[in-house]
Amino acid sequence: MNLLSDRKYIIMGVFVFIGVIYIARLFYIQVIDDSYKLDARNQAFRYNTEFAVRGYIYDRNNKLLVYNEAAYDLMVLPKEIKNLDTNDLCDLLGITKESFIRKMKKAVQAPNSPRKQSIFEKQLSPKEYASLQERLYRFPGFFVQSRTLRKYPKKIAAHTLGYIGEADKKTTEKDPYYKEGDYLGISGIERTYEKVLRGRKGMRIMMVDVNNREKGSYMNGLYDTMAIPGKPLTSTIDRDLQEYAELLMQNKRGSVVAIEPSTGEILAIVTSPTYDPNLLVGRARNKNFAMLYSDTLGNPLFNRSTMASYPPGSTFKLIMALIGLHEHVLTPSTRYPCARGYPPLGGRPKCHPHPSPMDLEGAIGTSCNSYFSYVFKSVIDDKTYDDTYKAYANWRDIAMSFCLGTKTGSDLANELRGNVPSIKYYDKVFGKGSWKASTVISLGIGQAEMGITPLQNANLVTIIANKGWYYTPHIVKAIGGNPNDTLLDRFKVKHYTKITDTAIYNHVIQGMARAVESGTAGALKIEGIPYCAKTGTAQNPHGKDHSVFVSFAPKQNPKIAIGILIENAGFGSTWAGPIARLMMEKYLKGKITRPDLEKRMIEGDLIHKPVAEKKVEKAKKRH
Amino acid sequence: MDWITVLLYFVLVIIGWMNIYAAVYNEQHYIITDISQKYGKQLIWIITAFLLAFIILIIDESFYTAFAYVIYVIFLVAIILVPFLGREVKGSRSWFRFGEFGIQPAEFMKFAANLALAKFLSNQETKIADYKNTFITLLLIGVPMVIIKGLQDETGLAIVFVAFVFTLYREGLSVNYLLLGFLAIILFILALLINNLYLFIFIGVLCALALLFVRRNRKNLFIIAAIGVIACSMVKGTSYVYDKMEPHQKVRIDVLLGRGEVDLKKEGYNVNQAKIAIGSGGFLGKGYLQGTQTKYDFVPEQDTDFIFCTVGEEWGFIGSSVVIILQLTLILRLIYMAERQRSPFSRIYGYGVASILFFHLMINVGMTIGLAPVIGIPLPFLSYGGSSLWSFTILLFIFLKLDSHRLQILR
Ligand SMILES: [Zn+2]
Repeated sequence: MNLLSDRKYIIMGVFVFIGVIYIARLFYIQVIDDSYKLDARNQAFRYNTEFAVRGYIYDRNNKLLVYNEAAYDLMVLPKEIKNLDTNDLCDLLGITKESFIRKMKKAVQAPNSPRKQSIFEKQLSPKEYASLQERLYRFPGFFVQSRTLRKYPKKIAAHTLGYIGEADKKTTEKDPYYKEGDYLGISGIERTYEKVLRGRKGMRIMMVDVNNREKGSYMNGLYDTMAIPGKPLTSTIDRDLQEYAELLMQNKRGSVVAIEPSTGEILAIVTSPTYDPNLLVGRARNKNFAMLYSDTLGNPLFNRSTMASYPPGSTFKLIMALIGLHEHVLTPSTRYPCARGYPPLGGRPKCHPHPSPMDLEGAIGTSCNSYFSYVFKSVIDDKTYDDTYKAYANWRDIAMSFCLGTKTGSDLANELRGNVPSIKYYDKVFGKGSWKASTVISLGIGQAEMGITPLQNANLVTIIANKGWYYTPHIVKAIGGNPNDTLLDRFKVKHYTKITDTAIYNHVIQGMARAVESGTAGALKIEGIPYCAKTGTAQNPHGKDHSVFVSFAPKQNPKIAIGILIENAGFGSTWAGPIARLMMEKYLKGKITRPDLEKRMIEGDLIHKPVAEKKVEKAKKRH
Repeated sequence: MDWITVLLYFVLVIIGWMNIYAAVYNEQHYIITDISQKYGKQLIWIITAFLLAFIILIIDESFYTAFAYVIYVIFLVAIILVPFLGREVKGSRSWFRFGEFGIQPAEFMKFAANLALAKFLSNQETKIADYKNTFITLLLIGVPMVIIKGLQDETGLAIVFVAFVFTLYREGLSVNYLLLGFLAIILFILALLINNLYLFIFIGVLCALALLFVRRNRKNLFIIAAIGVIACSMVKGTSYVYDKMEPHQKVRIDVLLGRGEVDLKKEGYNVNQAKIAIGSGGFLGKGYLQGTQTKYDFVPEQDTDFIFCTVGEEWGFIGSSVVIILQLTLILRLIYMAERQRSPFSRIYGYGVASILFFHLMINVGMTIGLAPVIGIPLPFLSYGGSSLWSFTILLFIFLKLDSHRLQILR
């Protein structure tokens, strides 16, 4: 009997042993293994996103450029759909039954699922929403989520402001802040200031039961985050000037950039042809985008002001003059001959008829190609440098200090670098040591391989107006009303060029003033405001020369510097000059004293007319 | 009266009630005594259980020895009749219904069988090693099992009778039987997990090895060969039976053995959800009434068979360990008490109570943490339900009554 009673120890041992195993197992799944916690969260929590209101954008005088309007996404949770009257819903939404079936399929299939809410119909207008909402109770499983859409009170500055699109898979992989379908800035200010404008999404954690019904807020909202609205931006744009410039530029191909020299603030930046920014908003966005994209004649989606590279042409002659004076191979009284071209190379580059020989001021005033070819040659053949390469390198360095061949670093979304050809490039084209000043002589008049964006062009004028320095041109002057936001610090650094002697600039400025007083821009005077300008052309290998005009006003304490280029418009004084003049008068005086000029500019059509003429010509030929 | 046991019982019942409240918590009926809700009903079960306990304590102790067989027969008749007299509830024919409350007679078969077994084995002339007595013992346990499984299809209620193995072992059942049974179980499992051919080779090698170590006479040769043949035919038989099974039965076995693809939306759902609920509790738990997995119905039957999930989720590792330790303490206490009985009847009955409680604990908790098959079986004192609470109360308090007269020899 004693033996049997010992069996109690075995029994107790077995019981305790199993108890210990169970407790160890519990320790493993509850404390060590985290996967169950994650599973629980995925099952029992629904993360409801609260979208932040995107920041408004104002112009420099606090006039509204961009605001928001409510839009409504119709959402669907397929699992909760009950007794659906498909026809009724289709009628209400104005969609076909096929379209309905397609949308339902999309809502049920991966990455969506019957237990997951997804967008059924995007961006209903407030009006559509109003009529839908009254009857929505009849369609369980469908509900509405409000979103905001961008709205533009004036149809201006489309390229600069940019547009908003939905985050795609690539974006969400790169930045997990975004979920597929979230809105984000794709171009323009919307893109460069995306993080400021978007604010921060809020998240409300709701608990759901096994049937996906909401059961209230998790921990009374302890872990919820509120949406933080995006900050408003104050742009440097002058809304009235921008609107006016776009009006003048309509039906022309080209770009105008106006900068306030003392601050580097961009007052107006126009690409023409442009489009109504409201087109790229809402449900019609894709359709409109395709329409704009297919307009190959105007190519309105192409942002010429920062993405097009033109030969700088006449504008560069001003820089050539500065370099010549700086390198002491030129004085204001140096005279060079012109024989309808540059004599040493048999009249190439060509020039237009004008008195000859002339001094520097005269050459600036008439934009003489021969004169600046001489200047270029004397800079490159300067005996103070050992050889052509060193002189060329020095010339290129100085030119690039004027922000040529390099991005300005502005806050405009996309910027081209432009081009000042390097020694390496010419060695490759002509062979090492087998090129000299005369080989690349047209660089002196801003032609050949040189390339410049309209933004760089305007910045060049700014540098001359400031006599040797500039602030990086920029489009935003305050973030959330704060002009000292650290994001804007880089626009408060003065950049000096390699030529800092103001006396040198005065000679060139004098020449530009002469052009307005009695030169090529003589017909474009503004009463009471003496200003400086340079007309010119940029040769265009593909057709009629581009019309170029740079100017700043007033001569003393300049308030506005303008660079303008109109494609295939011939002389600077016919199209580019008048438009710049009107803009300066509008900005400085607030009124126009030359309505005749204004009318001619607004009505001028350089895009559609030539086509019409050609058609007529062709028709005539056939007859 | 053994007040330690009473205290443990009381604590477990209260823990159960609180967790039922949390598991089916309903904001519109937040009062814990609201009898339209399960927690309100459980309170009624608890109060009536206390009443039952009181009645059991005032009945004369000799009543249980005297009427052990009578009680056994009464409940045997009840479980045979209930499928014919009882109303069908949710496809189950094991209930007598009284309005909103139901009684499952099979639950009470446990204490009835325990009484009968104690009565039979405590007889001085009974020697368990005797083949005839072994047969009667197996009959006492086996008949209710077969009826409950066969007539009512309540696997959980039937399988509990296996627990009496512990009692029988204590009372002298040969270790060889247990060992053989244990080996047979292992063989069944291996037959399902390993390719039969390998298993045959393995058995053959084992037999050959055995021959090397025993005297090679004709008798030993015959025994080893017989064991080898029986083992091989068991393996083959297991595979054959498995192949003939219904798909849903196969799946249950697959889930337990962790083989094949287990669909977490179907056959693997219960266990997976139970593990998620318990696992998400962490060390300290989510806090009382803060559970999401159980409260929002992700876990099935979260108030009855899966009540342990609520404990694990809301009270964490600390809470679930405490419940296991409390249960084990109670069980070990019962064994301690059983050993101090002068009367074999009381000792055998006490072992029965401890064994039944342990078996429930092992299967119920094991099922929720993936260590035991999913068998519908309540967690003693915690799970919602009148029948199980009453049954455990009766089981326990009869022993407490017997224990209070432990110096007497009861027959
Ligand atoms: Zn000339």
